Amino acid sequence: MITRLSHYTIYVLDQDQAYDFYVNKLGFEVATDATMDSGFRWLTVRPIDQKDIEIVLMLVKPGPMYDDKTAAQLRELIQKGKLGSGVFETNDCRATYAELKAKGVEFMSEPKEQFYGIEALFKDNSGNWFSLSEKPKGN
Amino acid sequence: MDLYARIVRAKLFIDEHYSSPIDLETLSSEACFSKYHFLRLFKRTYNKTPYQYLSEIRIEKAKQKLKAHVASISEVCEDVGFESNTSFTAKFKEYTGETPAVFRLRAMQTQHLVKTQPTRFIPNCFSSQFSPEE
Repeated sequence: MITRLSHYTIYVLDQDQAYDFYVNKLGFEVATDATMDSGFRWLTVRPIDQKDIEIVLMLVKPGPMYDDKTAAQLRELIQKGKLGSGVFETNDCRATYAELKAKGVEFMSEPKEQFYGIEALFKDNSGNWFSLSEKPKGN
Repeated sequence: MDLYARIVRAKLFIDEHYSSPIDLETLSSEACFSKYHFLRLFKRTYNKTPYQYLSEIRIEKAKQKLKAHVASISEVCEDVGFESNTSFTAKFKEYTGETPAVFRLRAMQTQHLVKTQPTRFIPNCFSSQFSPEE
């Protein structure tokens, strides 16, 4: 039986810039930042209040996993904002929207009432988009 | 300025000034609310009181500074806004389960391992698929 998700990968175009976005703008903490002799960097972050997950900020570049063409295609899809990467929960969508907006985060939509709560959409600085969601109170 | 922007402004004030003494009066006037109204709105927005949030920020900043290993524990205590080592140690232990000294020692050991044996921290499926051969 699978008990939980421990790692989740977000593909990024530049790890230093992704670090800046997730740590300095979203306020996440670094879980692991390890570099192998080959230069491969394993950079993971997580929301400060969620210690049981590591979000892997994986650099997309040609290597054993992707040939040149595939890496270029994937980078293009990310850059064009074609990859939706998940949902981040917040206690208050409108307040988090106001804070992130003030910090320069790009939003695709403002907070809106949905049947499942209040939701806004934002992009990271690679182009991945996310839902920022607040569950209805009492759920 | 709308209600959310005012609450966020007070939160960002804490983020920026956590190393100085901050009281409820300062925060509520930053947000242009009465103290009671501000307290209620902040708690509703962040699910914690301004004091709890300030304590958390101070402990998180202390953790970063302890990991960086450039300042002594007393200096870290002062840098993040605690008035005494005793109150700092007690609050740090309350939040992390460890004293600052033990936390720093463990962080140093982990940092050493990350540097010398990075593969211990990287699932092999990722390191073999994404890393050029060594």
